[in-house]
Amino acid sequence: MPVADRALSRGRIAVYRHPLLVRLTHWLNALCLLVLLMSGLQILNAHPALYWGESSTFGSPFIAFGSGRSAAFPGWITLPGWQDLADGRRWHFFFAWLFVLNGLVYVIYALVSGRVRCVLAPTREQVRHIGSSLLEHLRLRFPHGQEARHYNVLQKLTYLAVLFGLLPLMALTGLTMSPGMDARVHFLTAVFGGRQSARTIHFLTAAALVSFFLVHIAAVLAAGPLTEMRSIVTGWFVIKPPKGGS
Amino acid sequence: MTHGSGVDRRRWLQRALATIGGLALGACDRISQSDRVNSTLDYAEGWTKGVQRLLLGRNTLAPEYSVRDISTSFRANGTTNPDTEEYNRLAQASFADWRLVVGGLVEQPLELSLEELRRMASRTQITRHDCVEGWSCIAKWRGARLSAVLQQARLKPGARYLAFYCADSLELTLDGTGQYYETIDLVDAMHPQTILAYDMNDRPLAVRHGAPLRLRLERQLGYKMAKYLMRIEAIDSYRGIARGKGGYWEDRGYQWYAGI
Repeated sequence: MPVADRALSRGRIAVYRHPLLVRLTHWLNALCLLVLLMSGLQILNAHPALYWGESSTFGSPFIAFGSGRSAAFPGWITLPGWQDLADGRRWHFFFAWLFVLNGLVYVIYALVSGRVRCVLAPTREQVRHIGSSLLEHLRLRFPHGQEARHYNVLQKLTYLAVLFGLLPLMALTGLTMSPGMDARVHFLTAVFGGRQSARTIHFLTAAALVSFFLVHIAAVLAAGPLTEMRSIVTGWFVIKPPKGGS
Repeated sequence: MTHGSGVDRRRWLQRALATIGGLALGACDRISQSDRVNSTLDYAEGWTKGVQRLLLGRNTLAPEYSVRDISTSFRANGTTNPDTEEYNRLAQASFADWRLVVGGLVEQPLELSLEELRRMASRTQITRHDCVEGWSCIAKWRGARLSAVLQQARLKPGARYLAFYCADSLELTLDGTGQYYETIDLVDAMHPQTILAYDMNDRPLAVRHGAPLRLRLERQLGYKMAKYLMRIEAIDSYRGIARGKGGYWEDRGYQWYAGI
């Protein structure tokens, strides 16, 4: 199953890091999340306030967005770019389906192929040195040479939290907001603390995903945008030899 | 040769980037106005309806709550007063002269007064009302079971949907397409929680909440629950009504199946 490394010039090695299915689901997921975020903000514009519990306490919301004079979220960040709840819902639900199906394909593949165990689960060694990894990361020093072959521990934990925490939470809180599904899985709605709580958690999780995206992009830029981009497009990740050595 | 291909590649890259930039700016708006895109997006409604019908079955009940969960202020959605000459006349007489007309594909057309509706098999339920905008309110509803009304009217074999015609217009139009109406299918019509509600929180329905009678369809969103009911018609298709999408909001782009 593993694809052999390829030796490149000047001591560099190309490692086959991302199989085709991972690359496809990554980009489809990126597209889904973009559309879901923008159409989600369109939907939120229809009633830009969040509450805790089953029902809305209009006088005392948990968060209220905007001044009420114009749309809470501006047109450049919503889909469509003008206020239209019906269109926003249409985009949101189509891409929600795509997002869930794409996510299932990835999760099944990642579990069956052993990717979760071999690539994403931190090793015992890594967990022991989590403190020094954190310090290295904060200094924006990225692993080189053989160490760059694998994800570091922070990367692994972040990816696991996003893949098996935030993304499923997004889907489940969304599902419980549906009055139809709520009739079937009300225990889940109750776990979230009620429909309005589920709606609030849906938004907070989306905000967490946006934060992840910003850090993800910052990390790509810091670690080398070309080589990182090449690896998620072609699958091949290029490792440079350690500086001044070997 | 290498030099030439390098220039070509750079030019190609520049052109590609310019194209992507231009597309990204105009694309969002143009794409979301395209009919073909919108009809593709509409497939999702069919998937949602199919899967929910499969998972929910006919009789799964929407959650019911206790008296202390009832919202202190229940927001009124849609019209808050039809304010037509006829409606005001009916309201002034406490709807004593109002009759619910049941017709269309039925063996026994009916004209039911509020008194007669109150004598029919009823159901009381404390349920959550979810507006398409995103908010929720909880209230106690009491009403005649729609299934009991249909049993009395006896549906003809061709009946597949029920159309609910209301006293209110949300939009003033010359052709009458601004009149509020809704359609539901027989699965929802026969659901035990589907009632024609005349009481809200133990009091006769207020004008702002749809007096004298509104539909409660607990597994779907608020806009399906037509207020100010005047007439129910059993039909085989809703294509011929107003703009043909099966409801006032459906005619304006919202999903007919509002279980999500």
